[in-house]
Amino acid sequence: MRVMVFVKATEDSEAGVMPEAELFEAMGKFNEELMKAGILLAADGLKPTSAAKRVAFDGPGRTVIDGPFAETRELVAGFWLWEVKDMAEAVEWVKRCPNPMPGPSEIEIRPLFEAADFAEILSPELTEQYESNRAEHKGF
Amino acid sequence: MTEADIHKTIETIFRIEQGRLIGGLVRLVRDVGRAEDLAQEALVAAFSAWPKAGVPDNPGAWLMATAKRRAIDGFRREAMQARKHAELAHDLEDADDGTEAIEAAMDDDIGDDQLALIFTACHPVLSPDARAALTLKLIGGLTTDEIARAFLSTEPAIAQRIVRAKKALGAAGLSYEVPHGKERTERLASVLEVLYLIFNEGYAATSGDDLIRPGLCAEALRLGRVLAAALPNEPEVYGLMALMELQASRLGTRTASDGTPIPLTEQNRALWDQLLVRRGLNALGRAQALGGGRGAYALQAALAACHARAKTAVETDWRQIAAIYDALLDVMPTPVVALNRAVAHSMAEGPEAGLALLAEIEDAPALKAYAPLAAARGDFLFRAGRFEDARAAFEHAAGLSRNAGEKAFLMKRALACGQPAK
Repeated sequence: MRVMVFVKATEDSEAGVMPEAELFEAMGKFNEELMKAGILLAADGLKPTSAAKRVAFDGPGRTVIDGPFAETRELVAGFWLWEVKDMAEAVEWVKRCPNPMPGPSEIEIRPLFEAADFAEILSPELTEQYESNRAEHKGF
Repeated sequence: MTEADIHKTIETIFRIEQGRLIGGLVRLVRDVGRAEDLAQEALVAAFSAWPKAGVPDNPGAWLMATAKRRAIDGFRREAMQARKHAELAHDLEDADDGTEAIEAAMDDDIGDDQLALIFTACHPVLSPDARAALTLKLIGGLTTDEIARAFLSTEPAIAQRIVRAKKALGAAGLSYEVPHGKERTERLASVLEVLYLIFNEGYAATSGDDLIRPGLCAEALRLGRVLAAALPNEPEVYGLMALMELQASRLGTRTASDGTPIPLTEQNRALWDQLLVRRGLNALGRAQALGGGRGAYALQAALAACHARAKTAVETDWRQIAAIYDALLDVMPTPVVALNRAVAHSMAEGPEAGLALLAEIEDAPALKAYAPLAAARGDFLFRAGRFEDARAAFEHAAGLSRNAGEKAFLMKRALACGQPAK
């Protein structure tokens, strides 16, 4: 299964405080472990929300809102995408991660939807798409 | 944490650590079966100690230290027995010197134990099937029962295959190390063959199958990533990774909801897994940059990449695909590649080109009774407007096919030759 692992923002990360060299090194080592274990698919750090924008939707309306955003603890500072056997494995790996922030911090693990989760909802539509695809290529 | 929680945690930690653990122990005791037993003993010890004392900070090191202690106890016992039997007059000091030396050797980390274990499990002295079973058991952490289900075999048969494999490895007197130089190239081919075998076994699974079978694709991909991380300069590793990632990107779209296969050109490309496509294309780029663009896996990945890059089936660059097949036939001169090459040329230059290439290969013994060849001929003839001949070819193909779904599909195509589409 695929999981997205979020490093939650803190006052420091939102203030743009860069991690100390020591943490950088520890994080690099942890990433290397993830690679050696064959579970790392993608990873990146995000700039503070002072560089971010939001687009708010209300019916047909679209409003652009400039960062920074207030609810620090709900913001994301970085992420990984892992391919693991189950949530227990993801939890075990997160426990091995160095604390990503100078102070207290939190990492959240979210499993991704998989095709099987959509099977019942999407099935008629998929069938339709499949049929129209087939029709396009008939003759050949 | 409840008892069930801690047990699940211990099992999970063991699964994560298993490859490194057994790999390190093999280097110490020079016996795969004994190493596996020691790892199991450490797991049993964890089950008894951790619920009370809590999970240690470095559980991997704890498991390794425990297993090593057991190994040393074993060496001591054997040394004592040997002494008794031979009635030697040495005192115990010698035995202690021995264990000290062993302990010193154990602390001397000579490289990647997990990688060494992969090379051992995939040693060419074993058959590909035995290599696959042993790799899944030792590094994948699958149980014998799971491997049996994955390979549509029985548990006793797989258990026996694994026991024999371990014995064969023991008899071969191996170094249990990561090979270097020219030997590595040869041994690596054997490893890659096993990973691709595991992948294909999973790829062949259908939607009704036991979930453990499609899970083989994920395990082969994981092992491939492990290998790529450990050997970042081996082009063929990236060639195989590219091939597997690109093929896996289409896993969800290759069958309809009723299980019938959907040909590549008719799949819904919007549902191809773009993350895997991108990873596959990156891996192919790396294989080519490392000078491995003409390798068999890299060329097959390049074919998959042509399809991945085409936004719609009609945009497929068949000329490039035909050219890649020409190159692939040089390094992989199999009848199936020759047949696919004919199909590619038929798409690039028209059905007559395909028929001409088929004429070169249809007498090959391996292809005489091969349904896909007859089906391809039917398709070329149909596209050339020769409907009578096409029908005969499709009917011939249906007669050769042993798969009910494929047979029905071919009969449908034969029928369609009666009322050709305008």
